Amino acid sequence: MMNSQITELLLTGIGETFYMVVVSTVIAYLLGIPLGVVLYITDTNGICRNRIVNLITGFIINVVRSIPFLILLVAILPFTRAIVGTTIGSTATIVPLVVAAAPFVARMVESSLKEVDLGVIEAAKVFGSSTWQIITKVLLPEAKPSLLVGGTIAFATILGYSAMAGFVGGGGLGAIAVNYGYYRYQSDVMLITVALLIIIVQVFQEAGIRLVNKIDKRIR
Amino acid sequence: MDELLKIKGLQKQYGNQVVLKDINLTVEKGEVVVVIGPSGCGKSTFLRCLNGLEEIQKGVVLVDGLPVESKKKEITKMRQKVGMVFQSYELFPHKTVLENIILAPMKVQKKKRDEATREAMELLERVGLTEKKDFYPRQLSGGQKQRVAIVRALCMHPEILLFDEVTAALDPEMVHEVLETMIALAKAGSTMVIVTHEMAFARAIADRIIFIDRGEIIEESRNPKEFFEHPKTERAKKFLKTFAYE
Repeated sequence: MMNSQITELLLTGIGETFYMVVVSTVIAYLLGIPLGVVLYITDTNGICRNRIVNLITGFIINVVRSIPFLILLVAILPFTRAIVGTTIGSTATIVPLVVAAAPFVARMVESSLKEVDLGVIEAAKVFGSSTWQIITKVLLPEAKPSLLVGGTIAFATILGYSAMAGFVGGGGLGAIAVNYGYYRYQSDVMLITVALLIIIVQVFQEAGIRLVNKIDKRIR
Repeated sequence: MDELLKIKGLQKQYGNQVVLKDINLTVEKGEVVVVIGPSGCGKSTFLRCLNGLEEIQKGVVLVDGLPVESKKKEITKMRQKVGMVFQSYELFPHKTVLENIILAPMKVQKKKRDEATREAMELLERVGLTEKKDFYPRQLSGGQKQRVAIVRALCMHPEILLFDEVTAALDPEMVHEVLETMIALAKAGSTMVIVTHEMAFARAIADRIIFIDRGEIIEESRNPKEFFEHPKTERAKKFLKTFAYE
């Protein structure tokens, strides 16, 4: 029956989307947090001032962020093939997703760290903390609520990118929307797919904000 | 007497602007030195030079005979000898009172958690805040926050304590409890350098008064009573007059 086929298709799509987006977000953060920390500490008021490192890191991040995602997706196909062995499917989509998201995440992390009160960092300095101790024991823990807010934003953005990847052979809900809705004029399938994407974003946003409210000790 | 802190020919500049000029001062073990002066005279900057929070352009700051140099790797070791309490407390907002206090002893001085906790609780008891140990800073009053900040500094066992206008951000009724805590510390023999605007307090606690104006030490007195009643210099006279009402 057509309906059960579609249901099965959508369930697979949801699974693939989650796989792509969650794995990409995690890897993007593994790269983005160190990059964001580098941007922050090497800045003019940072605890490890270094103009050259700051300029170079900032420039690379800006360049990658300026490239439209669809173009980036195509441009790095050889790189994607070199890493995962193929350019089609969910796993192959993770590569461009990470490349596009990591610099974005780095900027989000940088801005979260900037919210930490400089006086608190000074206090940590005064106790004889090393730069590494300040980063791991004060800076990142104190920025945690803001980092989590950034995480929910990054998740929604990466989800949007992952849907775009459907145009060039990526998997997930985006591919379903493109293949069934766009190429085969099955607008009902497209609508359901879009609705599912909206629900996923809503659920994650809500869960993220609740978690933030729970762990933020500065406000009631 | 043991010279704990020695400052020789200290000069601090921001670009071409000289904010501290040829400061010389020796602080002995157990001594309480109070630094006073008009706003913007450089007294807070002076304090921040003593633990390398500010780079100095000329001169040396010696703690226990070893130089404090903000760029050197040894600075982290030097800073452990010099505790500091700030005007706006600077407690870690996402850590409880107890976590605030034991963080540095555990991470910087590598003490065991139970050892650090035991000591923290003893000190909290002395300032009457044991029941607040699991509170977050925002749940405390200004005076309580400042007492926690003092305990946090004490827990590192510094040889000298620096106080940077610690009551300036407090409501008047909170000032007293913080000053009482500091007087108790002074009586217990702590070496302290205090920057303050509380003249009555300065007079009560000081072994020595340092009056700074426009980046220079103008007057120094080992007799606080004498200094407040009969200042020798014109500038000190003028400054003290601003606190008198007729």
